[in-house]
Amino acid sequence: MSTPQVLFAYFAVAMTILSLLVVTRRNPVHSVLWMLVLFIHIAALYLFLNAEFIAAIQIIIYAGAILVLFLFVIMLLNLRKEETEKRFQKQWLYSIAISVLFVFFLVLIVGNITVIPPPGPYTADVIKSEGHIMTVGKVLYSEFLLPFEIASLILLVAIIGAVVLAKKRIE
Amino acid sequence: MCIKNSNMSETFVPSDYFPVVIFFIFALLIGFGTLLLGVVLRPKRPYTQKLYPYESGNPPVGEPRYKFSVKFYIIAMLFVVFDVEAVFLYPWAVAYNKLGIFGFAEMMLFVFILLIGYIYVWKKGAFDWE
Repeated sequence: MSTPQVLFAYFAVAMTILSLLVVTRRNPVHSVLWMLVLFIHIAALYLFLNAEFIAAIQIIIYAGAILVLFLFVIMLLNLRKEETEKRFQKQWLYSIAISVLFVFFLVLIVGNITVIPPPGPYTADVIKSEGHIMTVGKVLYSEFLLPFEIASLILLVAIIGAVVLAKKRIE
Repeated sequence: MCIKNSNMSETFVPSDYFPVVIFFIFALLIGFGTLLLGVVLRPKRPYTQKLYPYESGNPPVGEPRYKFSVKFYIIAMLFVVFDVEAVFLYPWAVAYNKLGIFGFAEMMLFVFILLIGYIYVWKKGAFDWE
């Protein structure tokens, strides 16, 4: 196995183990902290796809902001009683069996597909020569101008929604 | 899967980020190392009085964890939203010279729409703690 394969194998195995740790921890705060490690690993996986900007966003938004939100929600709920109760229902064995079957077929199908990416103006060499974020910026603020401006409206909805939902509980 | 099927071209190896990996390893080593050093070096002679949160103070009553105020949730939610806004500024700032005055105008529109939200939040008093 070559070095990138070893690195990729590490991240794949680590992410599987970390995901299992997230769903099996009894203390929800521990789950969130394992999820933080998981998100950092996912960021590394984006680097393997040559998506440096997405990797940075993964750290800044997911690990930085969204996990803080998760943590606050967990503290808001105060899950003392839920922590002592049974977490998995009786059908968890069937769920695992179906998941394993699904993964088996997925590997069977995906293993037979060779991915030939469609040729476009932004090849790996072009991106490498002018810088990844420069390319993202140029495309995002010219070709994808409308989705970008729509994003601001969606963010506005999120702001108003958060205030409307939470403000009622304060009063 | 992409690793398996592509013929291992140079671009798939994020080798530029090797220093970041070293940084992470050192951060972990220093973090866990100091904790381990503390466990090894410090004497451990606990007794009930010493384990109280406030030695020679009031004995603690009730749960150490209590319900957080919903105010924290608003702050976290608004932080997420404005964090996303800040992320959009990064590629804009990098490509600023290529985009010209049109790029400036569209970002001003973007920031203006979010400024409306900011003023709304401010007027609603979501930033007031009391």
